[in-house]
Amino acid sequence: MAHLHDCWHCGAKDAASLFCRYCNTIQAPTPDYFEFFDMPRRLAVNAEDLKGRFYTLSRLLHPDRYTRRSEQERRFSLEASSILNDAYRVLKDPIQRAEYVLRQEGFTVGDQRNKDVPPELLEEVFELNMALDELRGGDLEVLPQLEVMRRDFLEMLAAIDRELEAMFARHDAAPPESRKQVLGEIRSALNRRRYISNLVQEVDKQLTARNA
Amino acid sequence: MSTFQIDFSTVQKRRIIGIDLGTTNSLAAFMDLTGPEIIPGADGSRMVPSIVSLADDGTFVVGEAARRLLIDAPQRTVYSVKRLMGRGREDVAEELRLFPFRIAEGSEQVIRLALGERLFTPPEISAQILKELKRRAEQYLGEEITQAVITVPAYFNDAQRQATRDAGRIAGLEVLRLVNEPTAASLAYGLDKRKEGIVAVYDLGGGTFDISILRLHEGIFEVLATNGDTHLGGDDIDNRLLAIALEDMASEWGEDLSHNGEAVQTVRQAVIRAKEELSFQPATVIDIDYRGRRYQRELKRELFENLIRDIVDRTLGPCRQAMRDAGLEPEQIDEVVLVGGSTRIPMVRRAVEALFKAKPHSELNPDEVVALGAAVQAAILSGDVQDKLLLDVTPLSLGIETMGGVVSKLIHRNSTIPASATEVFTTSVDGQRNVLIHVVQGERELAKDCRSLARFDLKDIEPMPAGMARIEVRFLIDANGILNVTARDLRSGKEQSIEVKPSYGLTEEQVEAMIRESYEKAEEDLIERQVREARVEADNILAAVEKARMSDAWLDLTDEERAAVDAALNELQVVYHASDHHLIRAAIEKLDAATRRLAENMMNTAVRQALKGTRIE
Repeated sequence: MAHLHDCWHCGAKDAASLFCRYCNTIQAPTPDYFEFFDMPRRLAVNAEDLKGRFYTLSRLLHPDRYTRRSEQERRFSLEASSILNDAYRVLKDPIQRAEYVLRQEGFTVGDQRNKDVPPELLEEVFELNMALDELRGGDLEVLPQLEVMRRDFLEMLAAIDRELEAMFARHDAAPPESRKQVLGEIRSALNRRRYISNLVQEVDKQLTARNA
Repeated sequence: MSTFQIDFSTVQKRRIIGIDLGTTNSLAAFMDLTGPEIIPGADGSRMVPSIVSLADDGTFVVGEAARRLLIDAPQRTVYSVKRLMGRGREDVAEELRLFPFRIAEGSEQVIRLALGERLFTPPEISAQILKELKRRAEQYLGEEITQAVITVPAYFNDAQRQATRDAGRIAGLEVLRLVNEPTAASLAYGLDKRKEGIVAVYDLGGGTFDISILRLHEGIFEVLATNGDTHLGGDDIDNRLLAIALEDMASEWGEDLSHNGEAVQTVRQAVIRAKEELSFQPATVIDIDYRGRRYQRELKRELFENLIRDIVDRTLGPCRQAMRDAGLEPEQIDEVVLVGGSTRIPMVRRAVEALFKAKPHSELNPDEVVALGAAVQAAILSGDVQDKLLLDVTPLSLGIETMGGVVSKLIHRNSTIPASATEVFTTSVDGQRNVLIHVVQGERELAKDCRSLARFDLKDIEPMPAGMARIEVRFLIDANGILNVTARDLRSGKEQSIEVKPSYGLTEEQVEAMIRESYEKAEEDLIERQVREARVEADNILAAVEKARMSDAWLDLTDEERAAVDAALNELQVVYHASDHHLIRAAIEKLDAATRRLAENMMNTAVRQALKGTRIE
């Protein structure tokens, strides 16, 4: 939740988060997305509530509202609006939101481990690569097989999304000391998800290249 | 202090005007009490054709007056200069085949155009159009104008936006905001209808095409996705017809006129007329009278549509991409708004209706709606309009070049702006003092296929072993869609110095030199403005005295006093058209002195009236 600091403008002690509660002047914004939105650090987020907060804060912070204010206020407004927009983009997307929390908790997230095939997918990936090779070689008979594999992958993604949703709920309900463990599971699920979604993209690329 | 004059200067806020700086026509608008209004010229015209000509005496002729000069002085006259804004020579090879631009050697980074013997950059030429609009606004509104909102195509990249802002500065305008044209149009439409829902704005102008998809919610205009083509518009249609007409004339007359500037402009104006007529009738005649020779050719709408079909089709791909990016199907679009003169073409309307499965709106004049929207945005900035807010997006992804020329994307296209990204850079060699960051804009994977924006040189890095330096660079796209870069040394916490080398466009020094130059010219402008202001003041006092002469207070004056007022009144009317503001001011002072007793009488009458009104019977 919002952490209070002294107002740069009127000097009131512990009076300010995004605005000073006494003089209402805009402040140097916090870079923390959850704090910015004044929301608890939870992985499950109500999309409508988030959207409402985004619109309300946009009205208060947008540079259009500060054209005739001091240089300092204009700078804070630009800074705050950019964080607001970045934060909204990340928090409204469950995957990006989870990655954000993982990074904050010290996990590395990203493409580094992408080359390692998750062991449970070895067989599927092997088959897929064979089929893609055949397609590149001009064998159109593998097209129906590729379509089937694509659908299977999409189903796997949907299943992972359901798992993630459950893990998010588990994370939010867990006492702080055991959250790290859930986050570890979430990271594995996200890695698997990213791997599969790259496979789907690869299939799509080959299929559209074939259709074009 | 004059008795009849009221000093508003302390009460009034500085007015911000809205400007649509178009490829073919430019307009200015302001927010009146009842809503946005176009600012007309002295002749009542609402648009300034975006044509600039350099006269023999070194002054510029702008607008309608310059149109004639396209034919009479084609070597000194330029149109559609917006196509060259923020571009380098190699970008405009296509344009050079079709437009009579005379580009000087050495224009790789900033194009220089020849008008007669002199060279100008596109921002300097655009600045002449802006100055003309500024002049019109000052004349019409009777006050100095120094601040403006200027619209740009949504799909303009960083360099094109900077060039537009530079043009404003050269013209003596502080550009408080660059607004995307389709978004501005939606603001003008949104004025009367407090609607919720999804709106697509299809904007096909003289030289640019934009599609923007917005969500309207309680006064917030949130752009979900935008796409377009900054080199697609009515000009392309004109060029197509022009080429055909010239070819046809060559075979009929046995003479190729395509290298004769005067002839080409004559034919061009004739085909534009024909194109415009075909929007309202099924057939027309291309009618050309050139040096006593006549060329006539009937053109049916059907043939015209076959000729331009591919141009219209080129707008559909960006529309589909924008819908995909917004995650929407055509059925989910509630309203479609048409903007830009080229949307008068029936075939364009049919194509839009078929694509979005909705009948497009065109209640507002498609030539004016962008300027009106710019005036609304100006009122938002001034605080006069508080219930509306525009949330726009960046049209192109922003990235940096990494190993092997691959682009690492930092800010994706269609991100709401202001948007930012932070990256930490380090050195790769012991004692390295500089790190060069190449920033590009575009969707392709390799830097060479994207648009180079600038190279940022992180300078004076503390010498240390390779990989030890930690420089945090913050890339921020502001509400104008323009990139700002700052850097911090994470080890010392100090600001890191950066040198910016823009790939295209003017450096800060060049813009400042141009502003200085225009200040020198500004002396003449200043004199003209002082005269104009004196006349506005004269108008006020003349009107006030005229009114006072109708009142009882006038009858209370002695014959001598009345004669003195009449003499002073007459004198002011005589010097009113003088070009020396001192003369006008002196006559105003004289009239003011002569009418002092009259003013007192009127005041007393007013007091008596007021007292009478409050008397208790």
